[in-house]
Amino acid sequence: MSGNSFLGGRTAIAGIGATEFSKNSGRSEIQLGVEAISAALADAGLGIDEVDGMATYTMDNNPEIELYRLLGGKELKFFSRTHYGGGAACGPVLHAAMAVATGVCRAVVVYRAMNERSGFRFGQGGLITQDPNSFETVHFGWYMPFGLSTPASWVAMCARRYLHAYGASTDDFGRVSVSTRDFAATNPAAFFYQKPVTLEDHRNSRWIAEPLRLLDCCQESDGAVALVITSIDRARDLRQKPVVIRGAAQGAAGDFQMMTGFYKPDLTGIPEMGLVARQLYGMAGVGPADIQTAVLYDHFTPFVLPQLEEFGFCGRGEAKDFIRDGHIARGGKLPVNTHGGQIGEAYIHGLNGVAEGARQVRGSAVNQVAGVEHALVTAGTGVPTSGLILGVDR
Amino acid sequence: MSDIDAQLQQYLGRPCGPYNSWDEVNQAMIRHWCEAMGDTNPVYTDPALAEKSVHGGIVAPPTMMQAWTMRGATSQWATGSDTREPFEVFEFLESHGYPAVVAVNCEQTYYRYLRPGDRIHHTSRIEAVSPQKTTALGVGYFVTELEEYWDQSGEKIGDMRFRLFKYRAHERAGEPAVAAPAKPPKISRFRPAESYDTKFFWDGVRAGKLLVQRCKACGVLRHPPGPMCPSCQSLEWDTLESSGRGIVYSFVVMHHPPIPPFDYPNTVLLVELEEGTRLVTQLVDAKPGDVEIGTPVEVVFREVEEGYTLPLFRIRKES
Repeated sequence: MSGNSFLGGRTAIAGIGATEFSKNSGRSEIQLGVEAISAALADAGLGIDEVDGMATYTMDNNPEIELYRLLGGKELKFFSRTHYGGGAACGPVLHAAMAVATGVCRAVVVYRAMNERSGFRFGQGGLITQDPNSFETVHFGWYMPFGLSTPASWVAMCARRYLHAYGASTDDFGRVSVSTRDFAATNPAAFFYQKPVTLEDHRNSRWIAEPLRLLDCCQESDGAVALVITSIDRARDLRQKPVVIRGAAQGAAGDFQMMTGFYKPDLTGIPEMGLVARQLYGMAGVGPADIQTAVLYDHFTPFVLPQLEEFGFCGRGEAKDFIRDGHIARGGKLPVNTHGGQIGEAYIHGLNGVAEGARQVRGSAVNQVAGVEHALVTAGTGVPTSGLILGVDR
Repeated sequence: MSDIDAQLQQYLGRPCGPYNSWDEVNQAMIRHWCEAMGDTNPVYTDPALAEKSVHGGIVAPPTMMQAWTMRGATSQWATGSDTREPFEVFEFLESHGYPAVVAVNCEQTYYRYLRPGDRIHHTSRIEAVSPQKTTALGVGYFVTELEEYWDQSGEKIGDMRFRLFKYRAHERAGEPAVAAPAKPPKISRFRPAESYDTKFFWDGVRAGKLLVQRCKACGVLRHPPGPMCPSCQSLEWDTLESSGRGIVYSFVVMHHPPIPPFDYPNTVLLVELEEGTRLVTQLVDAKPGDVEIGTPVEVVFREVEEGYTLPLFRIRKES
């Protein structure tokens, strides 16, 4: 597949900011937002007067214009809000890169701020709207009357099929949990700092939606992350080493439906992630062998396996062997979720993963992988998704 | 004295306990309690100030006594506690037509302050049951429980008398003679919203038919339904009645969080029908371990609530 030669390499992440990650932030989501954005701007050494775009994704409750107003911004020219929640975690970076590369904006702030644990919790099995005119209300009428009503359960339906098709076991999901928590254990920003788990802990953790156990599920967290995206030329003048956006893409494919694509011929792959992978590799002009570390969206461990396959790090159905050989763990050939993932660091709907990808490229991650040229970051699976390839400036 | 009055006397004085504490007396629980009660006295929370006070260190609020041995949100007594309920007498009264209960009053006596590190338990007995009384609420009995609180060295640190009125409510016009115990309203099962595109399916279910949408132009079956055929883009469609037979294509056993009104574990199936489409449904008349991928199943229409029928599936015996 031919790449997009226009966008790749024209823009960079120039600033990263975050609040602490907790179970109860004790302040409003909008305060978390302004704190994280202020930190990102300070990190970049860029003033709000140079920011003229704001991008986030759906399920964030903070209006772009309100954050911008509080931060002292005067003229906002671009605002975008990518649909599909965590699947959009990399989408606003694509939108920001496009806005900057086309000259619409000088600098765009990407943010996600939420009290997902102390406020509205996603995993409680409720609908956001009950409006019968809404497509979503009608759609979930195929699931909720039978009790299939949580994100874990929707993933579990596909996970069961994956285990069946490829002879994998729930221990393989457990190994993802163990290697991820191992990274969290050495990340002071992680909620599970100094709290590694063993495969035995995973086996002993209670069922949530069988075949998913508690330790297969990400956390619920309060916190915020923000990024500043500007042109590669402007980024070179700023405080930090530019993190070049080599590839950015979104995808939905393969007779797909939101969280419940149970009707496509095969439930074991993630065709929408395959579509993202082909775009990213094409745009960046690289392949799997050029990626030194990856942040693979880990709301639930089972979908880490087919992501490895869709990106070509191993063959179809071979992710279990790749993982058993230790390749995604500390010291492996593709350390995955070196910040501790959403399982171990925090569930900031994937934007904390983008921040980790950027730190790996800068060389400033707490669990730094040696010789990072390119870091891959993906967004939520089971929903229309997105991804990034971030690279060092050459 | 009536027969009931006489029988009630046998419940008096029976010792129950110990009822242990989950945790030793500790600063964190003291602080939470003070925050919840709005008690800002620093002798409970500020070690420096407490040290200079007459107590010479942090003490727990005396009125917190009951909190140390109380059952938590899961209603479990702490490890090592007596498993008997202290209020056996209530079962007797309920079986004799006094279902309702109201707390009357509570008196506490303290013998010393508790300090972090103290380990508390309490014992309980029914101290008094009144003769039958008539109040504005109804007819019944005042029951007084005496709880005695002890520390790790067997020293008594406090008493609590808790008085309840166990009664049968007066009959009022239009109300049942016996007041039902207060229960939260029953949570009903989520009902699907029916759109122009999906109403035929639910109409079919109400008529005892499992219908699948079929494209009139190209004949392709589809579920969930939609207005346009994704294969040929025709807006024309009719329906096919499924045999209701299929196999388990995948399944999930739901454990947590418990969402009313479902019973857990709840086995949710992705069934592939003989006709080729799939649908999500619930397994009935079987245990979670009874199914695996490939198990033959068949539809059964069940009225899950009055006037609300769903197509559920049971294991099909091969004939």
